[in-house]
Amino acid sequence: MAMLHTVNKSPFERNTLDSCMRHALPGSAILLIEDGVVAATKGTAVEGKVKEKMGDVSFFVLGPDLAARGLGEDKLIDGISVVDYNGFVELTTKYDNVQSWL
Amino acid sequence: MSDVKKFLYVNRKAPYGTIYALESLEVVLIGAAFEQDVALAFLDDGVYQLTKDQNTDGIEMKNFSPTYSALGDYDIRKIYVEKESLEERGLTIDDLQHLTYEDEDDDWAEKDSIQVVTAKELAEIMDQSDVILSF
Repeated sequence: MAMLHTVNKSPFERNTLDSCMRHALPGSAILLIEDGVVAATKGTAVEGKVKEKMGDVSFFVLGPDLAARGLGEDKLIDGISVVDYNGFVELTTKYDNVQSWL
Repeated sequence: MSDVKKFLYVNRKAPYGTIYALESLEVVLIGAAFEQDVALAFLDDGVYQLTKDQNTDGIEMKNFSPTYSALGDYDIRKIYVEKESLEERGLTIDDLQHLTYEDEDDDWAEKDSIQVVTAKELAEIMDQSDVILSF
């Protein structure tokens, strides 16, 4: 079963992303939404951990939530794909199941 | 007026994911009417509140970030941004809005409101405040 994980909390405020990454199996995907999108940006204290996990799982980030926070796509870690709301829906259909980390 | 107190509003949350940032801004604007000595501090994820080019069209929420540029008109001149918090997030002052106020004691010269301070300096600022409101 390939799982789509969504993370909506900032990694600087909660351990949600940490816990998600610890439990996401190879072949699954992590979609960063709401305050979680800040984990997708370059040069942060969590960039290394995200990059390390990118070898195993695919990372996506919700574009409208990035734009709301003034974070341009030029600021993203290479290899993280931006999706819109339609893309979010497509991901939920592409993967077998969805786990929302809150 | 002898009963002017030093107010410090501490902002530690990213905007839009929770209501804290907007609530803080509303309290600041209400408080500004009482002619107190007001300062704002942005640390931890609060630094994301001040990023420029915020566009909320896609999430269908009100973009309240232009309101920060009005703070100068409310005579709010001290906006402290913590250096360590910026660095931890790969941000610099150039990623933030340019906020200014007009100094009436200096022929209404336009001056920068934002000061980047270290955690140590911010601790001193907190220590010297009379009232701290945390969001």
